[in-house]
Amino acid sequence: MYEKITGEDPYKMPMKIYPAVHYTMGGVWVDYNLETNVPGLFATGECNFSDHGANRLGASALMQGLADGYFVLPYTIGTFLSKEITTPKFNPDSEEFIEAAKNVENQIQRLMNIKGSQSAESFHRRLGKIMWDYCGMARNAEGLKKGRQMIRELREEFYKDLYVPGSDKEYNPELEKAIRVADFLELGELMMVDALERNESCGGHFREEYATPEGEAMRDDANYACVFAWEWDENNPKLYREDLKFENVELKTRSYK
Amino acid sequence: MSADMKLTLKVWRQKNNKDTGSFETYQVNANEHMSFLEMLDVLNEDLVRQKKEPVAFEHDCREGICGTCSMVINGQPHGPMNATTTCQLHMRHFKNGDIIVVEPFRAKAFPVIKDLVVDRSAFDRIIQAGGYISVNTGQAPDGNAIPIEKNIAGKSFEAAACIGCGACVAACPNGSAMLFTSAKVAHLGLLPQGKVESDRRTKAMVAQMDKEGFGMCSNIGACEAECPKEIKLENIAFLNRSYFKAVFGGVEE
Amino acid sequence: MSLTGLFLILFLVIHLIGNLQLLKDDGGEAFNVYAYFMTHNPLIKFVSIGLYFFIILHAVAGLWIAYQNKAAKGSRYAVSHRHGTSWASNNMALLGTLILAFIFLHLGDFWYKMKFTDQLNMVSYESHPVAVKDLYERVATAFSELGIVIAYLMGMVVLGFHLWHGFQSAFQTLGLNHVKYTPLIKTVGKIYAVIIPAAFALIPVYFYLFLR
Repeated sequence: MYEKITGEDPYKMPMKIYPAVHYTMGGVWVDYNLETNVPGLFATGECNFSDHGANRLGASALMQGLADGYFVLPYTIGTFLSKEITTPKFNPDSEEFIEAAKNVENQIQRLMNIKGSQSAESFHRRLGKIMWDYCGMARNAEGLKKGRQMIRELREEFYKDLYVPGSDKEYNPELEKAIRVADFLELGELMMVDALERNESCGGHFREEYATPEGEAMRDDANYACVFAWEWDENNPKLYREDLKFENVELKTRSYK
Repeated sequence: MSADMKLTLKVWRQKNNKDTGSFETYQVNANEHMSFLEMLDVLNEDLVRQKKEPVAFEHDCREGICGTCSMVINGQPHGPMNATTTCQLHMRHFKNGDIIVVEPFRAKAFPVIKDLVVDRSAFDRIIQAGGYISVNTGQAPDGNAIPIEKNIAGKSFEAAACIGCGACVAACPNGSAMLFTSAKVAHLGLLPQGKVESDRRTKAMVAQMDKEGFGMCSNIGACEAECPKEIKLENIAFLNRSYFKAVFGGVEE
Repeated sequence: MSLTGLFLILFLVIHLIGNLQLLKDDGGEAFNVYAYFMTHNPLIKFVSIGLYFFIILHAVAGLWIAYQNKAAKGSRYAVSHRHGTSWASNNMALLGTLILAFIFLHLGDFWYKMKFTDQLNMVSYESHPVAVKDLYERVATAFSELGIVIAYLMGMVVLGFHLWHGFQSAFQTLGLNHVKYTPLIKTVGKIYAVIIPAAFALIPVYFYLFLR
């Protein structure tokens, strides 16, 4: 596999290794039936957080998709459906449907009508670089503040100078990418905000200010034994804290010594 | 070390399913460490800069596991390297100055949506026709409750490596989906857990495959040669065996 | 395809064993008596009807599949680079059509003349109660012409390629696949695809070179 990617035989040439953020773990919250907190909305495969968190490589991602689809859902989705037999069909002309469709349509029109000069891909790459530099494996408050500001500027530029070729009335992967990058620009900022708010080092989040003298992660369970959930707002995202309760185990620091 | 290369690409451009389509020629400056898709990214950046429409192609994980990338490079699905998806194909396998012809997967059951993007939803419908497994998954130890012979488990695992990319159909002169369907039948049908619904599943998947308009297998073997996950022809023999068993030995529902 | 194919594969062996009697140095006695037996035994007559039927079924099914498969492929690639497959596998329909043409030629030469005309002379042998048609002489006449010999040789080359793919393919289609036996089947199939047509081809060559 290494040889396929790099073109060098690791038996003859030392392997080039570089520390990197593997993938940001997480994923959509689901219960044991793989149902999200929206009743009837099931999240399956690697988009849910149930086994490992979102975005894993290869076999584990593929296998979770297969296992959820073949083995889990056939048993759990019925539990939901059995109660739904009396629910009448939703009316697709209702206000909520129309409003949701209109919101999407507005966003599409907004992106199509910018008619600037840069591709969605180029913004995506620049966003990736900012995340890599300031919200990578090790982050600090100063960098996170700077990174957040850079993302905000990039987002502004995105909505001024994006160019989406083609039309919105046909299959258009560029438009799809633009819609995603628009979301990433918000998600990226939220990640900066979240990392800045969490004044401890924990798991994949290593704040340089919060390290033991030996350079290991230093947790602050008194203040941060909780999940941060955010509600998006362009200027002031709203924080919801969900405390973590441990009933059968006590919190400890993992030591490899 | 990192050699730049100039390439001439002949890319199939087709606006939509109704368009007849034709080849366009482009010049690209690439680097030998790029993957084939990254080279196309460079081409697309150029096209967008010139306010032209970029080449539509499908891609997702770029790690050779999702089965999304699909194109025929110089007459071979996923290009010239064995057991390699397009995203894992690196430009170092081409030479500076090469002319590369890039086409979409061609089969009646895979209509072109745009440029190099084809509609492979026929595969999804074959999988759906197969249905689910009525075995209680239980807790982790239950997974090992039924002992399975090592080589059977191995064969099932190898069949399960199929990523459903459709290269088999693209490679097959008959446009047959037998390798794909057989892998999907075999990875469940080989195991005791999957044997419960084996007859029903096999019949339903074969029926759906025929309905989608895929061709018939004449054992040419092009699918096996092009499969990025090296799915073996013996799966097709297994499918045939299961099918005969289901049709002649199965109990009608 | 596979079942009819396997039947025809079996037929080729029987046909070859009978025909090898042509090489016997007895002025055609053994072969002519054999030919009489083959055209007069009721059981053989019954089997031969099955044979005609299987040949037709094999050909019709093959052409129908080839047509369907061409339709299923839709458009063709501008560049085609098919690796890992044999030429024979890719051209079974073409090879089959050529073989069908050869069969017509072959039947017209011998089978038709023997069964439906009186063009053949009658010969009597002490060992056989009734006089029999001298098919041996007809064979010798036909194979004294270079054109016919070449046509037969080409027919056998085509048959060889057809069998090269067909033999193992029949087993694969029937789902007869096994780690131990599949390599054996493949090897036997390849040997068969070479030996049988070569042995058939020996007959016209022998006649042309030594009995003209």
